[in-house]
Amino acid sequence: MELIQYIAFAVIKIALLLFILLTAVAYIVLMERKVIARMQNRWGPNRVGPFGLLQPLADGIKFILKEDIIPDSVYKPLYIAAPMIALILSLISISIIPFGGDWYVAGYHIPLQTAAFWTGSGIQDINIGLLIILGITSLGVYGVALSGWSSNSKYSLLGSLRASAQLISYELALGLSLVGVLLLAGSLSLRQIVDSQAGSLLHWHFFGGLQFVAFFIYIMAAYAETNRIPFDLPEAETELVAGYHTEYSAMKFAMFFMAEYCNMVTVACLATLLFFGGWHSPLEGLHLPVPPIWLIISPLFWFFVKVFFFIFVYIWIRGTLPRFRYDQLMSFGWKFLLPLSIANIVVTSLVLALRS
Amino acid sequence: MLHTILFLIFAGICVAGALNFLLQRHPVNSALSLIVVMGSLALLFLLLGAEFVAAVQIIVYAGAVMVLFVFVIMLLNAGEEERTRGSRVALFLGVPGLIALFGLLCWTLSASRFQLGQVQIGGYYVPTQELGIALFREFLLPFEITSVLVLIAIMGAVVLARKERP
Repeated sequence: MELIQYIAFAVIKIALLLFILLTAVAYIVLMERKVIARMQNRWGPNRVGPFGLLQPLADGIKFILKEDIIPDSVYKPLYIAAPMIALILSLISISIIPFGGDWYVAGYHIPLQTAAFWTGSGIQDINIGLLIILGITSLGVYGVALSGWSSNSKYSLLGSLRASAQLISYELALGLSLVGVLLLAGSLSLRQIVDSQAGSLLHWHFFGGLQFVAFFIYIMAAYAETNRIPFDLPEAETELVAGYHTEYSAMKFAMFFMAEYCNMVTVACLATLLFFGGWHSPLEGLHLPVPPIWLIISPLFWFFVKVFFFIFVYIWIRGTLPRFRYDQLMSFGWKFLLPLSIANIVVTSLVLALRS
Repeated sequence: MLHTILFLIFAGICVAGALNFLLQRHPVNSALSLIVVMGSLALLFLLLGAEFVAAVQIIVYAGAVMVLFVFVIMLLNAGEEERTRGSRVALFLGVPGLIALFGLLCWTLSASRFQLGQVQIGGYYVPTQELGIALFREFLLPFEITSVLVLIAIMGAVVLARKERP
């Protein structure tokens, strides 16, 4: 394949991904407001458009048209760069996620994944996709840390200090919880991890690989990484106004907001890919009679159903659980999740060694 | 060709980040340019096909070590550094030393020019599996000794930070 073709496909894919992702983020916000409202016995937004469906559009217009206030005392270069860093990193990490298998359209090989290696003769799967995502999420702390520091405000600084400490602590448990899956799959490539779960429900790492302990560690650590309830100490409104983005307004605030929701989508996608069989259908082993067109749509369908489910769980937990106290949060991460994830690695590798 | 262009871009960013690290007066800016150096080094590793090393470079250095640097700078709220006129020793020993080191590097590289090969994108590829096998078979003893060293460092940090119970 020519380099020009590769670049053209990459640009098209990036544009499509950005469009779909940012629309999805806007509607996840609406869904969150609606679902939380129902859980609290309210109606939620229902004035703009039918069932409030145009609410995200109205919010977007509001964010763009609002006055962009930059306080006098901020350190300007970093104050402006911080929301961009947060958003760019969250967008890069989602470009590694494969949404389905490969498509062969008119002789072109199109993997359903935004990022792919060009090897001089063709495109190749990214062999270390999981590590790249972990690396980029570990960089995500800079957006938060720098925004808090450059705002020159005590609430922002306290929020960003909390966020940095929390992200560093929970990253360990997050990384170690994935090792069990890596041992079972024997690869760091997200595609190969998904392919190792082909077959029915019982081949998924969650059920067949008995990785449910790892899955719960992953989900809890990932909630802490994305600053969501019950781990949203960095933006605890009762103590810190709004935490690290207190001094931000208009589109800069919206960028932090979008970054948080993009990270939520990435976490949901990773949970799907690593533990729940990715784009494989739960009924794959049954050979049900289905129309041929379904075989093309089915991977995307199952992938998005699973991702949607995990995003719903995010919202569900937000409607259910209260916030941790800060010392509880730290001791939960270091004294419970970390030893548990190490125990999971030991048990999984023992079982694998005994079985082989 | 493409490899050379990419190498020049990332090597240029790397050197520019290192210079910026020295020239910036504010510690946070210096720390950030160090992150840029780490990132471009990771991309240079990636160009050589060492994927795992590149990812670890990002995760460990840019994602963990430098976060702690920035964290400490934020906590101490370190102000801008003051410039001095520079010392005589640095001028009379440092500059000739620098030139000598640079000359030595150039000489070594140009002397071994013919033993070094050309690289292309995708030409080299080091799978993570082979790295693991090499680490746990040939280099097992150094690996274990290093892990004991890290353990001692962690224990030392715990001992130093521990408060005496009343």
